[in-house]
Amino acid sequence: MGRQIIKYGLMFTGLVLTQVLVLNHIQFSGFVNPYIYILFVLLLPLSSPRYVVLVMAFLIGITVDIFSNSLGVHAFATVFAAYLRPFVIRLISSREEDMSDYPGLMQTKISWFLKYITIMVVIHHTVLFYLEVFTFSNFLGTLFRMFLSSVFSIFVIILSQLIVFRD
Amino acid sequence: MRSLLRYLIKNYAFLLFLLLEVVSLLFVFNFNKYQRVQYLNSSNQITASVYNSFHSVIKYFALAKVNQSLAEENAKLKSPALPSSQTANTTDSVSSNFIQSNSNYRYISAHVINNSVNKVLNYITLNKGRKDGVKPDMGIVSPEGIVGVVVAVSENYAMGFSVLNKRWGASAKLKKSGYFGPVEWSGGDYQMAKLKEIPFHVEIAVGDTIVTSSYSAVFPEGILIGTVHSFEQPKGESFYQINIKLATDFKSIHYVEVIDNLDKAQLYKLNNLIENGSADN
Repeated sequence: MGRQIIKYGLMFTGLVLTQVLVLNHIQFSGFVNPYIYILFVLLLPLSSPRYVVLVMAFLIGITVDIFSNSLGVHAFATVFAAYLRPFVIRLISSREEDMSDYPGLMQTKISWFLKYITIMVVIHHTVLFYLEVFTFSNFLGTLFRMFLSSVFSIFVIILSQLIVFRD
Repeated sequence: MRSLLRYLIKNYAFLLFLLLEVVSLLFVFNFNKYQRVQYLNSSNQITASVYNSFHSVIKYFALAKVNQSLAEENAKLKSPALPSSQTANTTDSVSSNFIQSNSNYRYISAHVINNSVNKVLNYITLNKGRKDGVKPDMGIVSPEGIVGVVVAVSENYAMGFSVLNKRWGASAKLKKSGYFGPVEWSGGDYQMAKLKEIPFHVEIAVGDTIVTSSYSAVFPEGILIGTVHSFEQPKGESFYQINIKLATDFKSIHYVEVIDNLDKAQLYKLNNLIENGSADN
């Protein structure tokens, strides 16, 4: 338990710092911005109680918000994604599968992991981008930005799985 | 009652979810109010010191560029024909002369420790705060032109809107003709903004200079904003669509100055008097 707390504490700090110091400054073709801090919520143990997941999502969201002066936007999107997490997991897992409690790339099947992060990242980014601009005018423009950012985020998440979060 | 309680316990996750979402939405909708609460933005001590220590590492990579821009500014200041003072004097409006002779501005030099150009709402964090005399509503300028306005301050740091923020627009005018309107950024390209409310009868040309007007207490008159990049006359409207190229390169601002208008309190008081006398602050 203590080890888990330290591990997730480090993950929280690492992801927030990477997000606000590095990724928030990436300017790839003008407006593509990866948001990978959502990985923290995705990697919480599958057996963790739902209130833990929701509260943790809120905490990391509000922390990123405070750093990027967008109070409430990231928190809302992250809590939304965190609430849907169990449903997404149930949707993509078959009953017989023997699941590891830690849903990392190395611990699960690659196809499962890809499905999992893709759905979750798209949910999170959709809510985030539309709440950020707060309008449905230029719907397609925002959708396009959302799509590009999602692809970028998924790419960075997979990369991070191969390099950092291996155990 | 008991079944209600059982229902609530069973669905606690949904209720917690609703609660957290409502809290987040309250934050979003009351943005301007909470933003002035210093703990919840990037000017707070913890957040800003993270930015500050990270910046103290990466600032060395920009030193060459910073040196060059400082040297250029030095040269500009030393050269005898000072363009900015000339422009201020050639405008014939009474108010500008008034401001020239009676206002005084104090400049506080600051270092940009965090800045973004790729969001819909971009902010800038500075390493000077209340202790150095920085207060909300002070203008921020760089050697090249205007940068933004201070929104929130903590003891040692300040956070502000940059021009690249839809929630804020600077009061600008065409230097040549003196017609004024707001400069607003509409997202997208960080080098472009729009000048609005310039009527069709005004003659403009590509390359015309746009400077701050004398109508705001935030900036002194005549600080460079940008140049006209392109313009058109949309059918059925009475104002030009003017795209301006911003003078400040927001991707490479390092040193800025915060402008303290020492007469601001007086100006506000007068404005309130004129408006209706029952102004709420």
